[in-house]
Amino acid sequence: MTTAASATTRLPTDWRDFVSLTKPRVMSLVVFTGLCGLLAAPGSINPILGFTAILCIAVGAGGAAALNQWWEADLDAGMKRTASRALPQGRMNRTDARDFGIVLSIGSVLVMGLAIHWLAATILALSILYYAVVYTIWLKPRTPQNIVIGGGAGAFPPLIGWIAVTGHITAMPILLFAIIFIWTPPHFWALALFVQTDYAKVGIPMLPVVAGEAVTRRQILFYSIALLPVSLAPWWIGGTGLIYGISALALSGLFLVQALPVAFRRKRGDEDRMKPEKRLFAYSVLYLFALFAALVADRLILGGGLSL
Amino acid sequence: MMTPEEEREFKARRRSRNIALGLTLAAFVVLFYLITIARLGG
Repeated sequence: MTTAASATTRLPTDWRDFVSLTKPRVMSLVVFTGLCGLLAAPGSINPILGFTAILCIAVGAGGAAALNQWWEADLDAGMKRTASRALPQGRMNRTDARDFGIVLSIGSVLVMGLAIHWLAATILALSILYYAVVYTIWLKPRTPQNIVIGGGAGAFPPLIGWIAVTGHITAMPILLFAIIFIWTPPHFWALALFVQTDYAKVGIPMLPVVAGEAVTRRQILFYSIALLPVSLAPWWIGGTGLIYGISALALSGLFLVQALPVAFRRKRGDEDRMKPEKRLFAYSVLYLFALFAALVADRLILGGGLSL
Repeated sequence: MMTPEEEREFKARRRSRNIALGLTLAAFVVLFYLITIARLGG
């Protein structure tokens, strides 16, 4: 029971608070990358089943997000960005949030297993456990590498979308996983450099706070370099055609070009507008959308079209 | 005890929640019907 629970929790929780518990904005990226994995996979899937697979990925992500907010309600209360959420505000009982998250998680896995197959359901269950338990409960509060670990959770959707179509795990879906995994740290740390967050106040060890700005900038460069071969790998192994290969080379090359000034500069006082960092962050969002769109375009144009 | 105003708010929220839940359940019925047809067809 939350300490903030007072007269307000006597009222039934507004259904919109339950919706916001699923982090709908994060879900939109999950749906996009999951759909790209599904569309880029060789073979075909009945459109109803394809829709169901994406729905299950989205609902599973929503369940994991609800469990994350249930666990972190006290931390959220201490941070400006999250203090207005339903749980820290006492608009919802903590146990309600937990049960809602569990129902969504188990429900999405069951429907995935019954409608698609149990391999996709197993990976979906693993991804939910990974985000809710391994990341949120275990490692996020313990290591400044938490963003690297959290990136693993965001990397599951295209893998699951792909497997929903093919029914088995191959190199391609694992590479899609690897791309998002490597992309997440420079994406998030670029943001962390210019947004003053209060993670430190609630005891979450974010890299710029714990290891300092210089280390964070070096790590951004390291991951941006790694992103180039990893994003090109689907083309090298023959999993995609030239549309993807050229797009990946151009997009990842530009990523590295944007990361260089971020890596080799230092913040100059409080007047520093942090433009290179802001540019890199904005570009990183565009990068992921463009890269996955190129993957789908490659499949649709060069792969002989899709028989959905 | 709730004031009349609180009671109105209570009922309004309960009603909108029930409608949301009802629509979700109805969507599930339709989805399961379509999944069944799709699986039988496959």
